[in-house]
Amino acid sequence: MKIEGKAWKFGADIDTDAIIPARYLNTSDPVELAKHVMEDADPGFPERVKPGDLIVADKNFGCGSSREHAPIAIKAAGVSCVVAATFARIFYRNAFNIGLLIFESPEAAAGIADGDQVAVDVDSGTITNLTKGETYQATAVPPFMQQIIAAGGLINYVAERVKNNA
Amino acid sequence: MPMTITEKILAAHAGVEAVKPGELINVRVDLALGNDITAPVAIREFERIGVETVWDRERVVLVPDHFVPNKDIKSAEQAKALREFARKHRLTNYFEVGRMGIEHCLLPEQGLVAPGDIIIGADSHTCTYGGLGAFSTGMGSTDLAAAMALGETWLKVPESIKFVFKGELQPWVSGKDLILYTIGDIGVDGALYQAMEFTGPVIEAMDMDGRLTICNMAVEAGAKNGIIAPDEITRRYVEGRAKRDYTFYNSDEGATYAQVIEYDADKIEPQVAFPHLPSNTRPVSQAGEVSLDQVVIGSCTNGRMEDLRVAAGLLKGRKVNDNLRLIVIPGTQDIYLQAMQEGLVEIFIKAGAAFSTPTCGPCLGGYMGILAPGERCLATTNRNFVGRMGHPESEVYLANPAVAAASAVLGRIAHPREVA
Repeated sequence: MKIEGKAWKFGADIDTDAIIPARYLNTSDPVELAKHVMEDADPGFPERVKPGDLIVADKNFGCGSSREHAPIAIKAAGVSCVVAATFARIFYRNAFNIGLLIFESPEAAAGIADGDQVAVDVDSGTITNLTKGETYQATAVPPFMQQIIAAGGLINYVAERVKNNA
Repeated sequence: MPMTITEKILAAHAGVEAVKPGELINVRVDLALGNDITAPVAIREFERIGVETVWDRERVVLVPDHFVPNKDIKSAEQAKALREFARKHRLTNYFEVGRMGIEHCLLPEQGLVAPGDIIIGADSHTCTYGGLGAFSTGMGSTDLAAAMALGETWLKVPESIKFVFKGELQPWVSGKDLILYTIGDIGVDGALYQAMEFTGPVIEAMDMDGRLTICNMAVEAGAKNGIIAPDEITRRYVEGRAKRDYTFYNSDEGATYAQVIEYDADKIEPQVAFPHLPSNTRPVSQAGEVSLDQVVIGSCTNGRMEDLRVAAGLLKGRKVNDNLRLIVIPGTQDIYLQAMQEGLVEIFIKAGAAFSTPTCGPCLGGYMGILAPGERCLATTNRNFVGRMGHPESEVYLANPAVAAASAVLGRIAHPREVA
């Protein structure tokens, strides 16, 4: 599978309050959450982001709260994937569990500028900056995480296990 | 093979002799926790799994605490979802308004978490219970849903960083200052994916409230868990409280650490984390002239008995500054009652503070103390991100309860010795 879209560039330590402020957490409706995604980091983002666009950020993306509403909001806004130098631990798990594609690549995070056109080969983890003509390689996904993705998220994976044990 | 305390607890729950960092393991969990923000999503996901009920109705714990007592209609719907799920599955540990508390103050107090346990919670500050010598870590709602069904979760065994606190705690310095100082030193991702093991004479002499505060903020350095070896102080705390058998684990001589970091407590003064990261710390003496509009004392970080005692000690016979609001929030109903019995509530109210029922409320910008644009708040909470307590143009400063009380009196960030 291949993704292509415009990059929205963010800095380091983008926390989950920036991704989805707690003032909107009185609902878990993905459509409602998407209306406010990244709002405190870039107030124009929810309005202007286009389906297929990518979020590219520096280190420790998604630090802070365990709110799954953060990857849910990003996914519901139509963002195709998040590329970051590193991810905070809970966000990393949550993204896999709900099926939001994420790629860890310090080189891509450093090389991609706001507005660059970027393509990602999901299976190989190769990230191509079409604007600059550069390619970067994402860190390989552990085999167990690949099983979760293949199953379509953690719940499907667990449901399958429950069914097989029944 | 010598192991750390974290590795020993993980190995015991994976049913193996030994584990080492980097291994992916499946572990039995002793308790799975959710709150009114995260559990509604977990319940929705749980219902897709295809099991009839939860793995153990005594070990799935639901605590509505974030927007409860309900702040608006949507929050009421979320709380209702927890209540209905708890009834349907006859959960024994659902805590209703009037009996609830801030989850990470409540669970240790009620003896629901114990040394040697593995606890997972859909709340990032679940790492608090490391203060009791448990492995506990925050996850998302979907992970909680899976654990509610299976009583298991998967984990990557973390590397450990050992922190050794030597010397002696200085006046007005608490567990909060040690953890802020540590985060200031290593950064908000300084322990990413790792275990933070806190050791040394200063930790060994620290009371349980202080230990819980230190482990509570391990996540603010990116850690998977924070942990302190259990000892006599732990035993005294859990005796007569713990609802289950417990096991004391200790790190072996010769266990492997990614890093060993030593700090001299003699040189650590009360800390203040400036906006907008918990790592942006300064000693309070170097805070400069920072006027404040609000002070909050409470939260899962500093809403315990000892925190209220320290704050009340400084506020006794004094008044909250005319230019500022002080909001005090006890962590649980038991703490509320104890504070009343000790006369602390009267001290707070006579000083001119608002005293609230337990809630996470303002810490995450929910309610009970939201900031307007340009307002500044000093809080004993755990995060000072942009917009954390209200408008994105407001500011949050993090400190210990003594600094908070002194600052409330003087209307600006202050060292406790200025009013003591």
